[in-house]
Amino acid sequence: MTKNIMIVGVGGQGTLLASKMLGRLLLNEGYDVKVSEVHGMSQRGGSVVTYVRFGDKVASPLIDKGQADFILSFEKLEAARWLSYLKEDGQIVLSDQEIDPMPVVTGAMSYPENLIEKMEATGAKVDAIPALQLAMEAGSVKAVNIVLMGRLSRYFPEIPEDSWMAALDAVVPPKFKEMNEKAFALGRAY
Amino acid sequence: MKELMLGNAAIARGMYEAGCRVVSSYPGTPSTEITEEAVKFPEIYCEWAPNEKVAVETAFGASLAGVRSACAMKHVGLNVAADPVFTISYIGVHGGMVICVADDPGMHSSQNEQDSRHYAKAAKIPMLEPADSEEALRFTKLAFDLSEEYNTPVFMKMCTRIAHSQSVVETGERVERETIPYVKDTHNVMTPANAKVRHPIVEERTRKLIDWAETAPVNRVEMGGTEIGIITSSTSYQYVKEVFGDSVSVLKLGMVWPLPEKLIRDFADKVGTLYVVEELDPFIEEHCRQMGLTVVGKEKLPICDEFSQNMLAEKFGLPVAPSRKLDEVIPVRPPVMCSGCPHRGIFYTLMKQKCTVIGDIGCYTLGSAAPLSAMDINICMGASVSAEHGFNVALGQESQNKTVSVIGDSTFVHSGMTSLCNIAYNQSASTVIILDNSITGMTGHQQNPTTGYNIKGDPAGKIDLEALCRSMGIERVRVVDPYDLAQCDAVLKEELSVDEPSVIISRRPCVLLKSVKTAPALHVDKDKCRGCKACMKMGCPSISMKDGKAAVDPTLCVGCGVCQQLCHFDALCR
Repeated sequence: MTKNIMIVGVGGQGTLLASKMLGRLLLNEGYDVKVSEVHGMSQRGGSVVTYVRFGDKVASPLIDKGQADFILSFEKLEAARWLSYLKEDGQIVLSDQEIDPMPVVTGAMSYPENLIEKMEATGAKVDAIPALQLAMEAGSVKAVNIVLMGRLSRYFPEIPEDSWMAALDAVVPPKFKEMNEKAFALGRAY
Repeated sequence: MKELMLGNAAIARGMYEAGCRVVSSYPGTPSTEITEEAVKFPEIYCEWAPNEKVAVETAFGASLAGVRSACAMKHVGLNVAADPVFTISYIGVHGGMVICVADDPGMHSSQNEQDSRHYAKAAKIPMLEPADSEEALRFTKLAFDLSEEYNTPVFMKMCTRIAHSQSVVETGERVERETIPYVKDTHNVMTPANAKVRHPIVEERTRKLIDWAETAPVNRVEMGGTEIGIITSSTSYQYVKEVFGDSVSVLKLGMVWPLPEKLIRDFADKVGTLYVVEELDPFIEEHCRQMGLTVVGKEKLPICDEFSQNMLAEKFGLPVAPSRKLDEVIPVRPPVMCSGCPHRGIFYTLMKQKCTVIGDIGCYTLGSAAPLSAMDINICMGASVSAEHGFNVALGQESQNKTVSVIGDSTFVHSGMTSLCNIAYNQSASTVIILDNSITGMTGHQQNPTTGYNIKGDPAGKIDLEALCRSMGIERVRVVDPYDLAQCDAVLKEELSVDEPSVIISRRPCVLLKSVKTAPALHVDKDKCRGCKACMKMGCPSISMKDGKAAVDPTLCVGCGVCQQLCHFDALCR
C-alpha cells in the first residue's frame, strides 16, 4: 500500500530539504520511494509542492486529488490551496505562518480569515503549530522545515526517533546539526 | 549501492559509469541538473557553453576526437541545436555521443509544449526514453553503447516528471575507455557528394535499429488482463501501472524511435482493444495507424498538458478518490521578482515611460506581471533584439522613440548577439537594454561567458559587454545602475530620442548571489506615511498596506532603497 505525503509552501522556505530528509529516511527504512519536486520558475516566491510516495512498489511520481495521507504545509494559505489533494481521512500538519501572496500585497485581495477552522469544517484533521517561533527558539528562522519534520514524526510510531535523527544528520551541514536537532525535538514535543 | 536519485542525477551517473569524458551544455529547466551533477565527477570535463548549438558541436568534436561525450538541453534548446544535430546524424560518431533533451509537458517552466520525439524521427537518430531514475542510469549507459555500435548519436529523452523525480537506483563502477585514435576520413567532410554517400547508410542504420528494437529488453511486454492492451512509455507508463496494475497488458517502450513493428503487431494480436497512452503528440499512435492497426489514442486522451493517474482513471471511466474543496477564493501565488531584484528598477522606468517592451527568456520575464506589466511580447531566447529591429523598421520613427528590447546577460550571449549584429549592420535606431545581473538567474545561478567564472566557479574568460557592443559598431553604449531610478529615467529618455542604434547595460548582480552584501531592512515612519501607495507601484513583495499605511516586511526587505526614491514624504527610512 503506497502512502502519500505532500509538502507544500512558498518558494525559498526550504521544502526541498524536508523532502530530501524524508526520502532518505524512508529509503533507510526499506521502502520503495519516489520524490517529485518542482524546480525553475516556481522557486521565485511562488507556490511550491513536493510529492513524497513510499510503499512496497511505487509507480507514479505524482500524488493526485484525494490521495494525500498527509499534507505538510509551511504556510496556512498553501494548505488551503492544496486541500483537494487530501485523502478523506487525511491529516494536515501545518505551520501557522501567514505569507501574503502578491494579490494580497497589492491590496487586490485579502488574506482569507479563519482558514484552519474552515479546513476543519470540511472534515480535514489539522495539526497547526507555531513552527516559525519554534524554529527561532531553536536558533534559526530557516529551521521551520526541521520543526515540521519533528512534528510529522509523531504520526509514524513505527519509525524510531533514531532513524529520523540519522536522516536529519545526513542532510544538514554538521555546523548546524545541534540547532536542527533542537528544532526537530521542539516540533516533535510541542 | 542503492540510492535515492534525481532522474537528471541518474543520467549524470550513467555518463560517469559509461566512461564519458566531455559534457558541454546550456542550462534549461528541466535539464540543468544533468550537467550540474556531471561536473561533480572529476573524470568528466564539464562546461557551460554559450548555447545549445555550441554545446552539441563541442560534444561532437570530442566524439570525433575519440572520447565518449554528451550534452544536455531543454526541448526548445534542441531547436537551437537542430542544425548540427541533423548533419551529425549523417557523419556518425567516433566516441559514443549522447544528446539529452528534456521536454516539459504542462509547461512548468517553458514557453511551449513541443514534443522532441519528432526530432528523433526527422534527424533519424535513435531515442531512448526512461520511466524512472533507475532506467535513466541504465539507458544512458546503453545509449553510449548503441551510439558506438550503430555509429550514430543517441537521444536520451527526459520529461519534467522523470527529470525532477527521485527514485531508487543501483549504482555501479565507472569503466574507463581508451581514446579511439583519430584517423582522417574524407567522409567526415559533409559536402553534397559525401552526404549522398552517407544518407543511404543512415537509412540502413535505421533499419538495423528497428531489428534491434524488436527484441531489445528496453521494449518489454507485461502481460496481464488481455481485454485491454496499452502501448506506453516514460512517465505515462507509471500512471498506467498506478491506475491499472496488472489488470491490463502493457507494451512498455524504452526506445521511442525507431519503433518496432513485429513487436507491436504481436502485442496487438494478443489483446482486445489496443490503446496508446502517451503525453503530448500522437507519435506512437500514428506509427501504429501507419501499420494499419486499429488503436485508440488522442480521441480519448488529451494532446495538451501533462497526464496524471486521476486524469487517466477518469478518461477510462474508473473511479477516483473523492476530494474536498474550500468554499473560499484562494489568492494565487505566482512567482515574483525577489525583493531587491535589480530588474525591478528598469521595469519601473519602462512602465513609467509607457514603452513598448519586447522581452526575452529569464527571470525578467516576470516584468510582464502586474503591477509593472512592462512587457508586450516574449518569444524565445534572443528573439527580443531581432523582433525589436523588425518592429522598428516596420513602423519607423513612431516606434523607435518608445520601443526597447530587454535581454539578460546570459540570453544575450546565447543568441542576442547575432540579433544585435543585425541592428548594427542595418542601422535601425533601436534601443537594446541588456540586463546584466552577472549570472544565469532563472535556471538557478549558472555561470556564463560574461561572469568571469566557469561551471566549477573557477576564474575563466570574461566577455566585456561594452567592448563587444562597440566592436559591432554600436557607438552609443551606456551603463546604468538599476537601483538609481533618476539615472535610468534620464538615460532611457536620451537613448530613445537619438536616431541611431544604442545599448543600455543595466548592471547590478542578482540579489540572491552569495557574494552580494545586502543592507538592513527599511522601516516605515508611520507619521510621515500618507498611504498614497506610490511605493506599491513597483511590485516589491516586501511592501504591503496595513491599516492605510505602508508596511515593510523585515524578513524579506534587503534595503535596496528603490522604494525610497518613489516616496514623496521620506516615510521609508533606514
